[in-house]
Amino acid sequence: MTASNPAVGRPAGPKPSLRRRGSRGSILADHAATVALWGTGVLVLVILGAIILHFALAAWGVVSPSFILGDPSRTTLGGVLPILWNSIYILVLTMLIAVPLGILAGIYMSEYAGDNIATTAIRFAEESISSVPSIVVGLFGLILFVDDFHWGFSALGGSLALTFFNLPLMTRLAEQALRAVPQEERSASLALGATKWQTIRHVVLPLAIPGLITGVILTAGRVFGEAAVLLFTSGVGTPQHYNFLNFDLTSVASPWSPFRPATTLSVYIWNLNSEGLGAFKTQIIDGSAAILIAIVLIFNLGARFIGRVLTRRLTAA
Amino acid sequence: MAQMATADRLTGLRARPGLLERIDVPRRVMFVAAASMIAIVALLMGFIAWQGIQLFVKDGVSVGQILSTTWQPDPENGATNYGLLPFITATVLVTAVALLISTPLSVGLALFLSEVAPQWARAIVQPALEIFVGIPSVVWGWLGITTLVPFLAHTFHDPISLSLPIVGQVFSMPGFFFGYSWLAGSLVLSIMVLPTITSVSYDAFRAVPQELRTGSLALGTTRWQMIRHLLLPAALSGVLTAVVLGMTRAAGEALAVQMVIGNAPIMPEAITQPLTTLTSQITLDMGNTTFGSPWQDALWTMSLVLLIISVTSVVLVRVINKRRLGA
Repeated sequence: MTASNPAVGRPAGPKPSLRRRGSRGSILADHAATVALWGTGVLVLVILGAIILHFALAAWGVVSPSFILGDPSRTTLGGVLPILWNSIYILVLTMLIAVPLGILAGIYMSEYAGDNIATTAIRFAEESISSVPSIVVGLFGLILFVDDFHWGFSALGGSLALTFFNLPLMTRLAEQALRAVPQEERSASLALGATKWQTIRHVVLPLAIPGLITGVILTAGRVFGEAAVLLFTSGVGTPQHYNFLNFDLTSVASPWSPFRPATTLSVYIWNLNSEGLGAFKTQIIDGSAAILIAIVLIFNLGARFIGRVLTRRLTAA
Repeated sequence: MAQMATADRLTGLRARPGLLERIDVPRRVMFVAAASMIAIVALLMGFIAWQGIQLFVKDGVSVGQILSTTWQPDPENGATNYGLLPFITATVLVTAVALLISTPLSVGLALFLSEVAPQWARAIVQPALEIFVGIPSVVWGWLGITTLVPFLAHTFHDPISLSLPIVGQVFSMPGFFFGYSWLAGSLVLSIMVLPTITSVSYDAFRAVPQELRTGSLALGTTRWQMIRHLLLPAALSGVLTAVVLGMTRAAGEALAVQMVIGNAPIMPEAITQPLTTLTSQITLDMGNTTFGSPWQDALWTMSLVLLIISVTSVVLVRVINKRRLGA
């Protein structure tokens, strides 16, 4: 073995560390590995940059106020307003159900769950739902809501199926946010004579708010783009025009009704692509995909930003 | 609900009279919220299993026929045969190739983030990965159609690359090649599972105690020797878990694969062939078949197969992790 002096033949770095000692071969391997590992990081950034650039270019000249606020058309470029509306509608409806349920379940798993059979069963269920393919969750919604409940394709059925699919994620993120609260805070509160629930309500939850909000936004991002769950629950079709002044919730024509078929942006992309019809198919899909990516970016950056601001505010107070 | 709350209040009063705050209604409510996941999964499994066995029970199709290679579900085209083997094989192979591409890359990325990257690099790459997770599968599929598929079609029509000794044989393709293929499906999937495998492996590497690293480096190993001989073995079960989770995601992904794989229900022979996976066939046919027909029942059987794959992987992850805890 040729022992080499770490200080010889090396550029004077700030920290000639011990790990550089070894045979020339192992040092070469070490350098090669370092380069390769940096390469993976660079690759991810390059791919992401290329994707964003690709859609920015593809959406150029397609996405405009009239595309976002217009009705779909068979003969012209048209717009995506009813479909975008459906995406937002289903997102809001899903989050209204999934967030309270997920946070409650998250509190239970973080603060109460003991080492017993019920906890094991809940964890197993959590992992199982997370691993069930989204299309199978959609099929479950098809049997339950469309067929058994006789709702047909409906925004509510889609939202409930999405809730099923995302409840484990919301629960896990909520649990993580709560577990991140230092144990001392709980002990101090309990030592002052507060009950467990008072401790959770007035001490743990406020401290966990930044994490909870991040969790909500990350879940929202996933709900917004999901298509396979919705394909067979909220339906595939192209709504032509919505009258937003129709507030009759029992009417399937009202865009406010939860019991109407509601094609979302992701489902719309899939459907346009499979039907393969229309002169402006490519442009419409590019535009819709660009809107989806933009919203995903906003959700992600928003989650980070809000989380950071809230943490700073709460820790400074 | 109201009845339950009342009952709780009564028992609470009996146990600790006067201490209303000790009744712990919140605890019960939260337990119900958490336990609702058990109900969801039980219902889901029950319904899918029930629908999935109809092909055998109601339509009298034998298990042997399921395991045959011919998919001819339409009675109008003559005698039907519900062979699911093409879909199962395709799912396995498309997933396997996706993992072969993705695992080294993802584990490398996890090592980069946990061992090599300075703080600023991690602060850029980690958010980028989160954005990867957020990109909807239809968008991945559409990206595949607009960029990857034409690229593959162009590359493998190129006579120079086909005349190369090994490349030409591996990628040989009869007749026309439009790029929609097993390879396209695997490539799209490999990017889609990258964040999953990376983040789970990253957690596994972070969980290895810092003392082991410093101990190894103090003995004079290089960082790469430390990673290879200490970190990878120590985090092996975590990395395996990551690969299994990636596998589950890849096998269950429906729309992106359906968009690029070409949708041909045949047995896989070459990586440039169009194929159909379980998920993509369900996606394609479920809307066009009548409820209760043997054709649709076969689709339900496929979803039961998918469900079995995913439950198996959950159990597998548990076994892998139990071994780690036991050791």
